[in-house]
Amino acid sequence: MKENIVIIGGGIAGMEAAKQLLCLGYNPIIVEQNDHLGGHVSQWHQLFPDMTPAQDLVRRLGEEISEANIFLETTVSYVNKLKDGYNVMLNNGVNIVCRALLIASGFKLFDATKKEEYGYGVYDRVITNSDLEAWFNGKQDPRIPDKPARVGFVHCVGSRDLKAGNSQCSKVCCVTAIKQAIEVKEKFPDAEIYCFYMDLRLFGKKYEDFYINAQRDFGVHFIRGRVSEVGEAIDGRLQVKAEDTLAGKPLKVTLDMLVLMSGMVCNPQATEIARMIHLDMDDDGFLRSRDNVYSIIESNRPGVFYAGACTGTKTVPETVAEARAAALGIDAYLKSL
Amino acid sequence: MMDFGFSLSKSSTLNLDTADLSLYKKLCELSPDARTCMACGSCSATCTAGPFSGMSVRKVILDLQRGRDVKAMVQGCMLCGKCIMVCPRGINTRNLILNLCKIYDR
Amino acid sequence: MIYQGKQKIWSDYQKEIPDDNWYYVRSCIRQNFFPASEKMFTEITRNVLGKDVYETPFHTTCGGIAYHCDTIPQETVMTIVARQFALMTEAGYENYCPSCITSFGNYAEILETWHEFPELEAKIREDLWKACKREFKKPKYLAHSSDLIYHWRNEIADKARYRLVDKETGEPLKIVEHIGCHYAKMFPHKAVGGAEYPYVLAGMVESWGGQVIDYPERRHCCGYGFRQYHVKANRGYSISNTHKKFESMEPYHPDAIITNCPGCPYFLDRWQYVIAEQTGKTYGRGGYGIPVLTYEELAGIVLGYDPWDLGLQLHQVAVEPLLDKIGIEYDPKAKYLGLNKEDLLRPELPTVLKCC
Repeated sequence: MKENIVIIGGGIAGMEAAKQLLCLGYNPIIVEQNDHLGGHVSQWHQLFPDMTPAQDLVRRLGEEISEANIFLETTVSYVNKLKDGYNVMLNNGVNIVCRALLIASGFKLFDATKKEEYGYGVYDRVITNSDLEAWFNGKQDPRIPDKPARVGFVHCVGSRDLKAGNSQCSKVCCVTAIKQAIEVKEKFPDAEIYCFYMDLRLFGKKYEDFYINAQRDFGVHFIRGRVSEVGEAIDGRLQVKAEDTLAGKPLKVTLDMLVLMSGMVCNPQATEIARMIHLDMDDDGFLRSRDNVYSIIESNRPGVFYAGACTGTKTVPETVAEARAAALGIDAYLKSL
Repeated sequence: MMDFGFSLSKSSTLNLDTADLSLYKKLCELSPDARTCMACGSCSATCTAGPFSGMSVRKVILDLQRGRDVKAMVQGCMLCGKCIMVCPRGINTRNLILNLCKIYDR
Repeated sequence: MIYQGKQKIWSDYQKEIPDDNWYYVRSCIRQNFFPASEKMFTEITRNVLGKDVYETPFHTTCGGIAYHCDTIPQETVMTIVARQFALMTEAGYENYCPSCITSFGNYAEILETWHEFPELEAKIREDLWKACKREFKKPKYLAHSSDLIYHWRNEIADKARYRLVDKETGEPLKIVEHIGCHYAKMFPHKAVGGAEYPYVLAGMVESWGGQVIDYPERRHCCGYGFRQYHVKANRGYSISNTHKKFESMEPYHPDAIITNCPGCPYFLDRWQYVIAEQTGKTYGRGGYGIPVLTYEELAGIVLGYDPWDLGLQLHQVAVEPLLDKIGIEYDPKAKYLGLNKEDLLRPELPTVLKCC
């Protein structure tokens, strides 16, 4: 009989790890709280830098793990440590005993209503990066005007924001803003697009090319300054204020739509599990890896492994790479017992 | 008008709603690479004329993007071309200044 | 604007406001600017609502104005405040209610500072004892007097003679609410509704039948800014900020502005005259300005007090268009009669801003 490995979270990290564990001859069991696999990626439209359709990735991974055990709409009620493994109790009454456990619970999108000054949930035309992706995917959104003349993107919403409780950079927002700015410009060629940034952190492969494209081919305006406040004008448009830190002057502009680049915070589910089996939490609110250089996929408890954004903000390729590493890590760990 | 000894102060806010970008757009037609400036400032740091005349290619581009006039700054350029050598984005800055002069001369 | 979104935020910023037994302290300047407002507060709370609101003539300034003008250090302000608390303690009260917004902010800041730095509180207790042999308990509850009127807004609405509606059309009046900076910006959680979308005045307006105007510059300071105004050379900044607010609210054609700070109504009112003289522009209908009222004045209006007993004749901007719109009865000839019906003479009329 094949050995059970419980994977908490059926996003791309959990799916990729399941795929690798199947190849290695294990029986991966995915516990996913939603009614579908793929996590945040399944809600996304296209992925930078190649504009890969997000659904393709999720579909492909889904096909590759057809032999895995998958519990949808299921959460972990309790985990306790046994002498040589873990007992995982699910809310559907199923109990699984395993020697290795993979946490792949990912991130939660920062709740943009917490940045009250941006008026998400109050003003009619303020949306988030995630709302925009849903709209790209065909979901109706009355907040998006038919023919916007000016659209703004606010970087670092809830990221690099100690007051919001998040010191971390969410890594993907800069390039996502540029990607979405280009996509919006393609949909509305006459619109002027403004990106309000503090730094542009375009570290990944092809990201900088994306930035140059946005400037050169799409005429996206980049304004270095964090939006300080947004007000709704009488016609529903948004009056946005920022400091143009390059000009050293305050700047204002009236926009038809504002997109907030909500950052990543740790999924509260991970925090809950960490409490049950005494996993260390980092001061950024994510799970703490054994170390952040060589052992990102390892926890402080034997047999508990991590993959993806449960330990910090991650891109899709980083998440997939970690999931593979975690599968190998689990295999090596079990063989060493 | 009554003199109160004080009056409304002029706001320093850059208002993009009313900014006239026609000059910038004309420049971009002649020098499309102007759009790729990332405001690193190497052009200004290396500028021969800048410290004495107030010329700064970085500021020229930024001011145009904000709808401000840059004629006085451009007149401070000595067209030596040192800025072309340092621009990491390969913007032909000297040509950009010449194009601006052409637009102003029209 | 998504009203439910604001309600969600308001629900995050609620404060406990005891229903009775308040120790009330007045503002340094309000009685000069809006002479009936504080009188109206005690009148409404004691005689209309039957609450115990106590005050003593022995209280002084809280020192906030000097602190914010950078003329006295915070430790001096703290000792003044400690004495105020001692007076409250001696009178047997635990709920402290300042009438001034800067005072409210000052008290909140000091209580928070003492909470973080107890050794400083101990030092101030010692200083107070050395200075005047007094001791004090810290207030159990701190609420601004607008918090109290907010708390009792529905009781006031129940007893109201008028509602904030246009008597001709039945439409709610459009009211701009302006919150003093020191009410919520420093400690949003000590304010009703928080700092971004304060509810303290909006709640009164809604309860009394009006409609709140939310305009882009709602958060902006009135422009008073203490040293911006106090130094004549800086008054250009002061009036420019006021001007910015009026330009932003202009498209909404507000019927009135309600405020909860000593300085804001004064500057929003008087600067309309100066702006009109300097630019030729007025913001009300037909060359009038937009009337600016304190929340006590507005409460007095809906409760049916005589506008001239509310001191509305001391406003620069004529309030008559607002009174007429609501359908309030008043005697125009009595506008400039003093308490003993003595003629107070007429003020000189501005050249641009239309006044009655």
